[in-house]
Amino acid sequence: MSQSASGLRPDVQPQAPKRTLRLTRPMIYLGIAGFLVLFSLVRVLAGAGDLTSSGQIGATLGLAVPIGMAGLGGLWAERAGIVNIGLEGMMILGTWGAGWAGYQWGGWAGVAAGVAFGALGGLLHALTTVTFGVDHIVSGVAINILALGLAQYLSAVAFTGVRGGGPTQSPPVSPRIGTITVPWLADALGDLEQKGWFLVSDLASILRGFTNQVSLLTVLAAALIPISYFVLWRTSFGLRLRSCGESPHAAESLGVNVYRMKYIAVIASGGFAGLGGAFLTIVAAGIYREGQTGGRGYIGLAAMIFGNWRPGGLAAGAGLFGYTDALQLRGGGESVHALLLLIVMLVAGVAALNFVRGRMGAGLVSAVVGALVLAWYLSTDSVPGELTTITPYFTTLLVLALASQRLRMPAADGLVYRRGEAG
Amino acid sequence: MPLPSRGACAIAAETTPQPPPDAARPAAAATAVELRGITKRFPGVVANKDIDIVVQRGHVHAIVGENGAGKSTLMKILYGEQKPDEGTITIEGREVAFASPADAIAASVGMVHQHFMLADNFTVLENVVLGAEPTRGGGVLDFGAARRRIREISDSYGLDVRPEALVEDLGVGDRQRVEILKVLFRGARILILDEPTAVLVPHEVDELFDNLRELKAEGLTVIFISHKLDEVLAVADEITVIRRGTTVATVSPRAVTSRQLAELMVGSELPVPELRESTVTDVPMLTVEDLTVLSKDGRAVVDAVSFTIHGGEILGIAGVEGNGQAELVEAIMGMRSLVTGRVRLGDEDVTARSTRERREGGVGFIPEDRQRQALLLEAPLWENRILGHQTQRPNVSGPWIDRAGARKDTERIVRDFDVRTPGIDVLASALSGGNQQKLIVGREMSGEPKVLIAAHPTRGVDVGAQAAIWDHMRDARARGLAVLLISADLDELIGMSDTLRVILRGRLVADVDPRSVTPEELGSAMTGAEAK
Amino acid sequence: MSGKISLERIVLALAAPVFALVVSLVLTSLVLLGSGDPPLKTFQLMLDYGTQPRSLVLTLNNATIYYLSALAVAVGFRMNLFNIGVDGQYRLAAMLSAALGGAISLPGPLHVLVIVLTAMLVGGMWAGIAGLLKAARGVSEVISTIMLNFIATGVVAYLLNTERLAVQVAGSNNIGTKPIAESGRIPGLPLVPGTNAKVFGFIVFAALCGVAFHVLLNRTRFGFDLRATGRSETAAVAAGVNVRRMIVVTMVISGAAAGLVGMPQLLGASYSYSLDFPSGLGFTGIAIALLGRNHPVGIAFAAILWGFLGNSAQILDLEGIPKEIVTIMQATIVLSVVVAYELVRRYRLVLEQRRVGRELAAGSPTEPEGVRA
Repeated sequence: MSQSASGLRPDVQPQAPKRTLRLTRPMIYLGIAGFLVLFSLVRVLAGAGDLTSSGQIGATLGLAVPIGMAGLGGLWAERAGIVNIGLEGMMILGTWGAGWAGYQWGGWAGVAAGVAFGALGGLLHALTTVTFGVDHIVSGVAINILALGLAQYLSAVAFTGVRGGGPTQSPPVSPRIGTITVPWLADALGDLEQKGWFLVSDLASILRGFTNQVSLLTVLAAALIPISYFVLWRTSFGLRLRSCGESPHAAESLGVNVYRMKYIAVIASGGFAGLGGAFLTIVAAGIYREGQTGGRGYIGLAAMIFGNWRPGGLAAGAGLFGYTDALQLRGGGESVHALLLLIVMLVAGVAALNFVRGRMGAGLVSAVVGALVLAWYLSTDSVPGELTTITPYFTTLLVLALASQRLRMPAADGLVYRRGEAG
Repeated sequence: MPLPSRGACAIAAETTPQPPPDAARPAAAATAVELRGITKRFPGVVANKDIDIVVQRGHVHAIVGENGAGKSTLMKILYGEQKPDEGTITIEGREVAFASPADAIAASVGMVHQHFMLADNFTVLENVVLGAEPTRGGGVLDFGAARRRIREISDSYGLDVRPEALVEDLGVGDRQRVEILKVLFRGARILILDEPTAVLVPHEVDELFDNLRELKAEGLTVIFISHKLDEVLAVADEITVIRRGTTVATVSPRAVTSRQLAELMVGSELPVPELRESTVTDVPMLTVEDLTVLSKDGRAVVDAVSFTIHGGEILGIAGVEGNGQAELVEAIMGMRSLVTGRVRLGDEDVTARSTRERREGGVGFIPEDRQRQALLLEAPLWENRILGHQTQRPNVSGPWIDRAGARKDTERIVRDFDVRTPGIDVLASALSGGNQQKLIVGREMSGEPKVLIAAHPTRGVDVGAQAAIWDHMRDARARGLAVLLISADLDELIGMSDTLRVILRGRLVADVDPRSVTPEELGSAMTGAEAK
Repeated sequence: MSGKISLERIVLALAAPVFALVVSLVLTSLVLLGSGDPPLKTFQLMLDYGTQPRSLVLTLNNATIYYLSALAVAVGFRMNLFNIGVDGQYRLAAMLSAALGGAISLPGPLHVLVIVLTAMLVGGMWAGIAGLLKAARGVSEVISTIMLNFIATGVVAYLLNTERLAVQVAGSNNIGTKPIAESGRIPGLPLVPGTNAKVFGFIVFAALCGVAFHVLLNRTRFGFDLRATGRSETAAVAAGVNVRRMIVVTMVISGAAAGLVGMPQLLGASYSYSLDFPSGLGFTGIAIALLGRNHPVGIAFAAILWGFLGNSAQILDLEGIPKEIVTIMQATIVLSVVVAYELVRRYRLVLEQRRVGRELAAGSPTEPEGVRA
């Protein structure tokens, strides 16, 4: 295997200059408003009340947090130039640590343990990639294997024979972590939501989802996003860390200790993944269970790529994947079925855009796809149970396929860096 | 205009690295830098051996030597990027040992690298302050203070740099100025410039030298590494010659001629360029018509370029790096898509053909960056022989690789092109740059190609290998080969070309006669300044 | 001189795996001691049990499956493509080919051939999706193949339903595809004396796949292009390789090989794809490919070692030692071997540079010294 750890990157050559859409603040607000209208419309047309209900939003938050934390971990590592495929494994370690400490000493102890376990995984990854110069992806895959085996073994040792536990699960975490509710607002919004009015009720229910019975850990996790932005883009530590991911040799020549920065970044990365795992154990499920992470470490990476390696975009990506995950878990077949209508509308928009821009071929393809999805929607009542489970993964693929071209990763991401090799 | 004195800095004293106050420096330090007995070894090679150099304060001291003589390694040692195996370094009377560039910076040594060390995705400001950031309590970046200081330095020296510009958008000259700004921002008093004029042409070089003279007037010391003797004689106060890793002589520029310096560098008589008969035929081998290549944001990096190369002709294209040569070459090879234009090989229009098909049609390609584009470093030489020719005899028969054939041919190339290697199973990374290039040239000239695209074919290659490569190219030309020679080495261009054009901002702007043009005239054409 | 190189090369090649094994044994011993179990006794138990004839047959059977899985992964690895989706590819392939195989009836070898080809086709296509996404849209194949794994799970679950492709398995709660008739089965081989258990007949085909892998990669033009792209994409492009086409083709080949992973079990033991068909074999393949350094012989040894470890641990439960300790052994071997390989690789390069420098200096004193450009 060659030196470049990020794998192949085929040069995608532009044929003619594309007019790139600059994502400015007003555009973002406009986009959000547009989506709100779209969702509201679909809810009314399809009669799928759960699409924007406060319960759905609450669930979205709950499922977005682990993905978002994994993605944040990925962001910290990749901004320092290390690709961290081992996030899934570090998350697994986090779930185990949280379960083990959680049932003995309570929820917050579980959080601390989860973060610590994840950080240890990060330390291992840093050791192999930074000190030994192993290909980043290979190391990440190896760590995933190790984490899985470790969790299995440790469960067999620590949880068998304990009441409520077993070789694949821990006893329940207690006491759990509290939630907060904004008192008067939650009730008022709840009333509005019941009315079922177009747009107003949807807005109310979305706000209620954010203010009703939100776990304290969710609040902490959400705060970490703007904090990460501030640390990485507004402090000298952050500048040095990012320079390791953009041009480590330049950083080295200016006296930045590149190895140390990478270590810190990757350990932090593991810590974030561990936090995401702790959330799964303590808040989402209440116990540690084998296989709990379900690929969320990887989805987190996808969210990071979707967010163009920025915390704000990452949060949006995590929200998107969390939403589809929540939808299929709660409403199952019918809600996913309603999503089909949403897809039809989006594809119709894409087709129209293509025709306007004169791209006939692409427009035709989009139109055909839209028609097929519409046919599927009209001819069925719901999507079969086994297939709804793939919704978040399918969404991930779709999003990556559509968005990948416009993105820019840190310039030295994946580079196996050795000190003193410049010039 | 002089730099504002230290007291007038807008940045709080505890947040930027400050040099020790005047009183602490030994009064007798008339020498800025003393290197004694510096020796450095790498696996398989001794890069520096017993180097002795004394640099006076306020001087511009030049260090000259051929490619591969050991200059870069020496400067890395002086800047803390490498540690010497033996010897001492004394800065302003104090003996120092640098563990890293941070130590060098603290000792007021600043390095402007030959290959710029800039992060493309960062702004100028972020690049300049990295490692020496002005902060406001808690490590928060003080962007305002940084911006002000950068503007100060930039205005004082006429560097004309905008702090908010993205480095990716800057041209080569601007990037070099950012590098100089980086160094001045940190209060360097000893500046090391590593081949600063490699990417500049004569009148830009004059601008740089004016800047250096101003620095000198402020009491700063400049160490200047180069292999361009005319420039060195124009600006240096003292010149040290390095050959084969050791110091050969230290001379004053007033006491030597360019030719004497050259002989000191090479160690023997210089070859005299010989007259030759023209071998140009009238059979067009490579025709490029109206070729245009666009960049990602729609600019034309190659703008309606047209030329024809005949059999037995070498067409040289002279140009400062970054004027479209790389894109032109890639478009001709089919590695980059063009927007308009045609490429013809002989009579055939190959515009729509793939790279492989063009190579099969008889095009040899010596890429600019041999390590990334022409070699598989971790593969043995005989596998490297196959690279680029994996659909042609003797390397393959049908869908199979013909190992025996490839090995035999590799041995032939090693013999005919004097590639110094113990065997053909050796990994390519174990060969020196010159021998790697000789192998590549030998490979690309195999199979009697009709056209050879040679981009900087003797860059970073020692003198002996360079002469050998030139000879091979001349021989092939005499046999009817058409060559497109892209180079920044003016002597190479003038010495080898039958026809000489100049590329500027993607357009071919001048057609000069290689037999009568001087390097100064050529340089002016390359920047668009008035000739003469 | 040639002989000296060979010995050196062999030592270097073995250094990493041996080192990894030692490190793993040490770490595992530490873990065992930490949880109060005796290391030496554990290893002794494993060795005794694992070398019994019946265990050896099981080891060879598992090794066959692992070998195919690792080959599939290794094809991609040699080109710096990470096909993490072997798991989904083989399950989907096994299910669909089992369903087809159960539904048709053809004379002997033809029946088997149709099943195997279907599996390769399905696996190849599923992996091809990821290849296309990467070539056309630049989507990381690591993430897309992992997503496709989960999607494959969903699709298989959907299809493995009595309303669609499955039937009730007689006398149990299990459901599976219709069992394949006698003509579509491959008989076992009695390779190990001392037991009646037979080794999967498919082992022969697996060995042939290893040979094909070696020939494809080292003797064909395509293989040269593949390896060149993996070593240096930029050099490959300048050499005329169509990288995008290579990505798609290589992923398809990798997926087709992945499709074979379920065949030994399907055609040699289960004869139908049911709810308890072995899963997770794709990830094992990754570990083994890493261990075997993407080389067909190395992978063979690694597969046998892995199978041996997995089987010999079965006895541990009876002694009260959690058998999951073996997963720790396996995982630490993988991690330490990748570190060791990297260190050895670098050392080998330095050694080579030194050797060349010495020999040139000795041979021609006029060769100019100085830093390599």
